[in-house]
Amino acid sequence: MAKKLRQIAIYGKGGIGKSTTTQNTVAGLASLGNQVMIVGCDPKADSTRLILHAKAQATVMDLVRERGTVEDLELEDVLKSGYGDVRCVESGGPEPGVGCAGRGVITAINFLEEEGAYTEDLDFVFYDVLGDVVCGGFAMPIRENKAEEIYIVCSGEMMAMYAANNIAKGILKYASSGKVRLAGLICNSRNTDREKDLIEALAKKLGTQMIHFVPRDNQVQRAELRRMTVIEYSPEHKQAEEYRTLAQKIAENKMLVVPTPLEMEELEELLMEFGIMEAEDESIVGKAENAA
Amino acid sequence: MSEKIEKKTVAGITRESTQAMIDEVLAVYPEKGRKKRAPHLAPNDQLSGKSCVKSNKKTVPGVMSARGCAYAGAKGVVWGPIRDMVHVSHGPVGCGWYSWGTRRNLMSGQLGVDQFGMQFTSDFQEKDIVYGGDKKLKTLLFEAKELFPLAKGISVLSECPVGLIGDDINSVAKQSSKELDIPIIPCNCEGFRGVSQSLGHHISNDTIRDYIIETREFPEPIGPYDIALIGEYNIGGDAWSTKPLLEECGFNVKAVWTGDGEMEKIAATHQVRLNVIHCYRSMNYMCKVMEEKYGIPWIELNFFGPSKIRQSLRALAELFDDSIKEKVEAVIAKYDAEMQKVIDEYKPRLDGKTVMLYVGGLRPRHTIGANEDLGMTCVGSGYEFAHSDDYDRTAPEMPEATVVYDDASELEMEMFAHVIKPDLIGSGIKEKYVFQKMGLPFRQMHSWDYSGPYHGYKGFPIFARDIDMAINSPTWKLVKSPF
Repeated sequence: MAKKLRQIAIYGKGGIGKSTTTQNTVAGLASLGNQVMIVGCDPKADSTRLILHAKAQATVMDLVRERGTVEDLELEDVLKSGYGDVRCVESGGPEPGVGCAGRGVITAINFLEEEGAYTEDLDFVFYDVLGDVVCGGFAMPIRENKAEEIYIVCSGEMMAMYAANNIAKGILKYASSGKVRLAGLICNSRNTDREKDLIEALAKKLGTQMIHFVPRDNQVQRAELRRMTVIEYSPEHKQAEEYRTLAQKIAENKMLVVPTPLEMEELEELLMEFGIMEAEDESIVGKAENAA
Repeated sequence: MSEKIEKKTVAGITRESTQAMIDEVLAVYPEKGRKKRAPHLAPNDQLSGKSCVKSNKKTVPGVMSARGCAYAGAKGVVWGPIRDMVHVSHGPVGCGWYSWGTRRNLMSGQLGVDQFGMQFTSDFQEKDIVYGGDKKLKTLLFEAKELFPLAKGISVLSECPVGLIGDDINSVAKQSSKELDIPIIPCNCEGFRGVSQSLGHHISNDTIRDYIIETREFPEPIGPYDIALIGEYNIGGDAWSTKPLLEECGFNVKAVWTGDGEMEKIAATHQVRLNVIHCYRSMNYMCKVMEEKYGIPWIELNFFGPSKIRQSLRALAELFDDSIKEKVEAVIAKYDAEMQKVIDEYKPRLDGKTVMLYVGGLRPRHTIGANEDLGMTCVGSGYEFAHSDDYDRTAPEMPEATVVYDDASELEMEMFAHVIKPDLIGSGIKEKYVFQKMGLPFRQMHSWDYSGPYHGYKGFPIFARDIDMAINSPTWKLVKSPF
C-alpha cells in the first residue's frame, strides 16, 4: 500500500524561529527514518540552510529570472538533498518593496507539482511560510490538495500570541471550505513568565494542543553557526532529544481541529490573567505627557 | 444648438408599451438583479431634456456586458490614436496586442515610415510579476526611443498586474524622460479601476493635464480663428473629413485630439481660441480644464448627417464674426445640394425604417439625426458607459417613450429587438452576430464596420450607402431565421 503523504505547513510571527524549528524537526523526522521534503515559502530563502550546510540555496524564482521562464527550469536545478536525505527547495522571490512575493510562492509550488517533486516515497512535505499571510500567495501551501496540517510556532510574548490567533483566523477561513486543520502550537520558548501554562491555555482556547514546549538552549545557536541542525551537530545533546520528541509527537499526532480563534477582548483577558498585559486605563488614552 | 425641441413620436410606442416591454425583461432576472437593472431601463421623456435612467454604475454580475475597462478607455480611445507617440502597454501581452489599431483610428504619414501606430508591450512573464517590471520598462523605453527616433513622446499605460504589484511607473517615466530627453507620460489606468472604460478616459484626461498641456507652444502667432478639434478619433478617416470642413469654414484647426493627433500640437492647445468637442464623454474633462485654466470656451458639435452638421456649423459661426458666418453659409449651401442628391437616392429605400442603437461615447445620440435625414426613426438607444449628462443630451434626440437602456445586457437587447422588431441595429462587434443570426440587419457603429468615414459631408454619402446596403441587402430574403 502506498504511504499517505502528510503535508504540513509551519506558520508563526516573523522572527519566532520557524525556520530553525522546522529544520530541526525535519532532521528529527529524518533521523527516525522518514523521507521528507522542505519547501521554503519565503523570499528570504533561509528555510533549508541548516539541512544543506549552505549559505543560500538557488531558488526557483531566482533561476526563473536568470533563464527567462519557469519552463526553462529542471527539477534537479532547484531540488537539493541534504542531511538525512531531506530534499530542499526554496521558492525565492524579490527583495522587499518590489514585485509580488506571493506570486513567487504560487509559481514555485506549481512548478514542483508539474515537475513531479511530490514523489510517492515521501512521508512528509513541510512548508516553511513567511511570517504573515499577507496575501493569497502565502496561503498557497494550505489550498486544496496541499498542506492539511498546520502548526503555529509561538512563544509567551504578546505579539507572538496575537499573530498565532490571527493565523488561526486564516485557517478557520480555509477549514470551512477544505480539509486544512490546525494541528497544534509549538512553543519555542523565550523564557517568559509562566510561558508553558500560558501557551497551553491559549491552545485550549483555540481548540488545539500545545504539541511541544521547546526549551531555550544556546546549543541551537552553536549548531546554527556551523549551518547545522542540533540533531546533526550534537545528536546526543538534550536539545536534540527535544526536537526528536517534537518530531515523534508530530508523526503520531491525530489531533486535527478547526480552530476557534479568540475575539480581541478574550485574548487580552488571557494576557492580563497571566500578567503579560495590564488592564487598560481609558482615562489616559490619547493624552500627551504634558497635557493639562 | 438652442432650437426649440420638436416632439417626436413613433406609432405604436407609448410609455405604457415601452414599460411593459421593460417589465417583461426584468421578470426574467432574479430579484436582486431585477432591482439593480430596473433603474437603468426606461421610456424616454423627450421634452424633459433629462436623463430617465441611472448610469455609470457597476455592471450586474451574471449578465453579459459590452463594457470595456479603464485601460481600454485610456489605450484604445485617448492615447492610441496619437500618431507620433510610442504607446507602451505595460503588463502581459494580450491587452496591448488586442488594442493595437483595432478601433480603426487611422494615421497619416509616409507609408512604412510613420503612418502606423507605434505600440510596445512589456510582455510580462511570471518573473516580472514576482520581481517587478520596473527594470524591464526602463529597458523598453530606451529601445523604443532607439527603434523609433521620430517619436515625439512615449505613453506608458498600466495594465492590471502593474497596479497589483505596485510597479512605480511614474518614477521610471520621470527618470527615463530625463535620460532620453523625450516626454514619457505615465498613465495609471489599470483595468480593474472604475466600472467601465469611462474612468480610463478621465484618468487619461488628467494625465494630459498633468504632463502634456502647456509644455509646447505653436511656432506661428495665434490668430482669431484658431481652434482645436477635441474628441475626434479619426475612425475610418473621420478627422480627414471634419478637419478640412472646419478649415473650409475659415478656421485654423491647430490640433486634433487625438485622432491622427500630434503630441506637440496637443501640448500647445492651451493657445487656441475655442475648443470644438465631438465626443463629449471622453474629452469633456480637458475642455473644462482648458476653460477654467486658460479661459478657452468650448462648444459641442455633431458632424453626422447634413441636418446636424448645418445646425452645428451655424452654432459655431454664432461665436465668430460675419466673415465666418458668410463662409459657413456658403459651405452649407454648397454641400446641402450635394447631400440632397444623396438623400434623394437613398431615402426612398430607407424611409420609415427603424433603428435601435447601442454604442459608446456619443453615437447613441449623435447618429440619430443622420438616420432621420434618411427618413429613419430611432426606436431605442443606450450607452455602454455613459453618465447622466450624456443621457440628458440624448433625451431630446430620441422620440418620446422610446426605450432607453444603460449598460444593456445581451438578454435585454435581444428581448427588446424581438418586441420592437427594428429594421436595423447599430452596435458593436459583440452584438453583431447575435442580431445577424436573428435575421436582423446590423451595422457596427464603433469602427464603422471596416468602412468610413461617417463624419462630415464626406462621410454622409458613405454612411447612407452603408445603411442602405445593410437594410436592403438581398441576403435577408434568402436567410430564414430559426428564431
